[in-house]
Amino acid sequence: MENAFGQPQNVVIFGGSSDIARAITKKLCAARAHTVILAGRNQELLNAAALEAQEYGATKTDTVIFDATDPSNAERTVSQAFKKVGDQVDLVIIAVGQLGVQAEDQVSAARSAEMITVNVTWPVAALAEIRNRLLAQGSGRILVMSSAAAIRVRESSYVYSGAKAGLDRLCGGIAQSLEGTGVKLQLLRPAVVRTKMTVGVDEPPFTTGANEVAENVMRGLASNSDVIWSPPLLRYVFFVLRHLPAPLWRKVTNR
Amino acid sequence: MSPTSLSGWGRTNASVVTLRTPGNEEDVVAEFATGERLIARGLGRSYGDAAQLSGGVVLDNRALDAISPISDTGVVTLGAGVSFDELLTVSIPQGWFVPVTPGTRQVTMGGAIAADVHGKNHHVDGSLGAHVLSMRLVTPTGASTLSPKDDAELFWATMGAMGLTGVVTSVTLQMLAIETSQMLVDTDRFGDLDSVMSAMSSGDDDYRYSVAWVDCMTRGAHMGRAILTRGNHASAADVKKAALSGPRKPRLTIPFQAPSGLLNRYSVRAFNELWFRTAPRHELDEAQSLSSFFYPLDGVAGWNLLYGKRGFVQYQFCVPDAMGDTVVDVIRRLSESRVASFLAVLKRFGPGNPSPLSFPLSGWTLALDLPVGADALPGVLDDLDEMVVAATGRVYFAKDARLQADQVRAMYPRLDEFRAVKSRVDPDDQLTSDLARRLDLVGK
Repeated sequence: MENAFGQPQNVVIFGGSSDIARAITKKLCAARAHTVILAGRNQELLNAAALEAQEYGATKTDTVIFDATDPSNAERTVSQAFKKVGDQVDLVIIAVGQLGVQAEDQVSAARSAEMITVNVTWPVAALAEIRNRLLAQGSGRILVMSSAAAIRVRESSYVYSGAKAGLDRLCGGIAQSLEGTGVKLQLLRPAVVRTKMTVGVDEPPFTTGANEVAENVMRGLASNSDVIWSPPLLRYVFFVLRHLPAPLWRKVTNR
Repeated sequence: MSPTSLSGWGRTNASVVTLRTPGNEEDVVAEFATGERLIARGLGRSYGDAAQLSGGVVLDNRALDAISPISDTGVVTLGAGVSFDELLTVSIPQGWFVPVTPGTRQVTMGGAIAADVHGKNHHVDGSLGAHVLSMRLVTPTGASTLSPKDDAELFWATMGAMGLTGVVTSVTLQMLAIETSQMLVDTDRFGDLDSVMSAMSSGDDDYRYSVAWVDCMTRGAHMGRAILTRGNHASAADVKKAALSGPRKPRLTIPFQAPSGLLNRYSVRAFNELWFRTAPRHELDEAQSLSSFFYPLDGVAGWNLLYGKRGFVQYQFCVPDAMGDTVVDVIRRLSESRVASFLAVLKRFGPGNPSPLSFPLSGWTLALDLPVGADALPGVLDDLDEMVVAATGRVYFAKDARLQADQVRAMYPRLDEFRAVKSRVDPDDQLTSDLARRLDLVGK
């Protein structure tokens, strides 16, 4: 069960070896999480993340391997992970995603399609099953990693940010569908985060470390806000940016 | 019935449950026959997740509302859904008060047993368990009448067990005779914590009721400044007009949920200041109504809405007499952390009772209302848990929404004893709750 501060005991994380997911996992375990199931594609990385979870207080960890380029496994992957918890699941985190390389993605049909599959199709397929299971429990929480980039798609990364935009809007609908059910979906919209996924990417303003994102997540779980921004100031920055006239928006983003 | 979203009085961690309303004991027995997991609920005044069960069945006991005539010796039998408010409305005009009362009248008898409630007279009269002559309890293995003589083991295991041994359907209580519905109250203001605690240690025994309101936000020399109110029931000779009038309806109702953050450390500090300044420095034998002495917050219906959508948590702990310094340490930790905390309630407890999960133990208890939202709050409360455990004290389940299971085992060393009694009457753990699952009180 989760407590009054939204701190869960039983957690399932898809994309569990990503740097942001690991930073969040550590904080969850330092609070109340004792059972952590990590799902991802790389066993070695998942094992390392599981070990880390134990160091921070988890008493039961396990891993599930899946490939996010194949949405047909989403339902099975979710049910495997829930089964490994063996109890009510308090929090499900979807941290599945791929940054891609814009210059290569935009000229390749196959890579464009894969970007949408990994960033939207697999997560949305998984969410359908997660939603069913949490509804049956009568309680639970879903945290979906979106991105600040999802708010307004920009030329320099339109495949990635467009995919996140799709996920973000779909999740907005899921969140509404869950009102009054005891289940809650929260969106996480971080700015660029310094991780292994963003090595070599220019650091735009508001870039943070994974740890800071995790801190904002812990706050967001306690406050129940529909969208968790990291850093929190982005909520206001994007309120302005999303309403900029297109020419101005391009000027701001194509520096 | 359709799924219903429930939370405790603190309005945190809500769950969706199937709510049913049994009308009599047979209905409760029939609910157990379904095999579904369940927990009973009254007026939802426990602060956390004690009276909810996500994905399970919650039995709203309020239809069990019968009140027997009160005997000449003050014995009354009540349905588990009867509230203190309903009982007092009937009993006060006949000259009977409840032997023990929590700080609100909006608690059912079933809920009062589940929490083994205590009041301002614990140092004299103990908790509710001492005044329950008998009760009817329905468990998965059947219905029975329990008393300190008939199956004392299950009787005491039920007191304070947050409804986890069965569903109480009726209670027979020994009431307290009163001549008037007024109290004679002495009030004193103290500039710091040490002075109020020593006044309580030395003088509480002269009063049936005693409680101090402590300001946990002032730092420095005035840390823990407090207002101590102590009193006794007024006899007919004590007051000019010896009336016996029942409780009044709330005079004010909070109409909607306040914006989050209305109660922050600045507004709470201002309130605490006002409360402290307006109290008399020293006043003797002031006549107060039962309502204003025992139930000041009942005058404002729905006051929990003032905390906004994030809600609030209450933290109540007790420590043995010898560990009174822990109270000082806790208040210092809180005042230094600057988390907002409303006037805290400090009181002395008398000896505990034979119940394995009952909260009170001889010593001190402090209760704090804390709005959810301050980043430091979860960590600060975890620190307080450690201090309480180190002092061999415990935290009250009826208030809890955030304890850690490991700490609970240290706080309630007789937990296994309770589990053994529970497994005798509920071998499959059909009775459980979100609180029980969160704190590993019973099997999953």
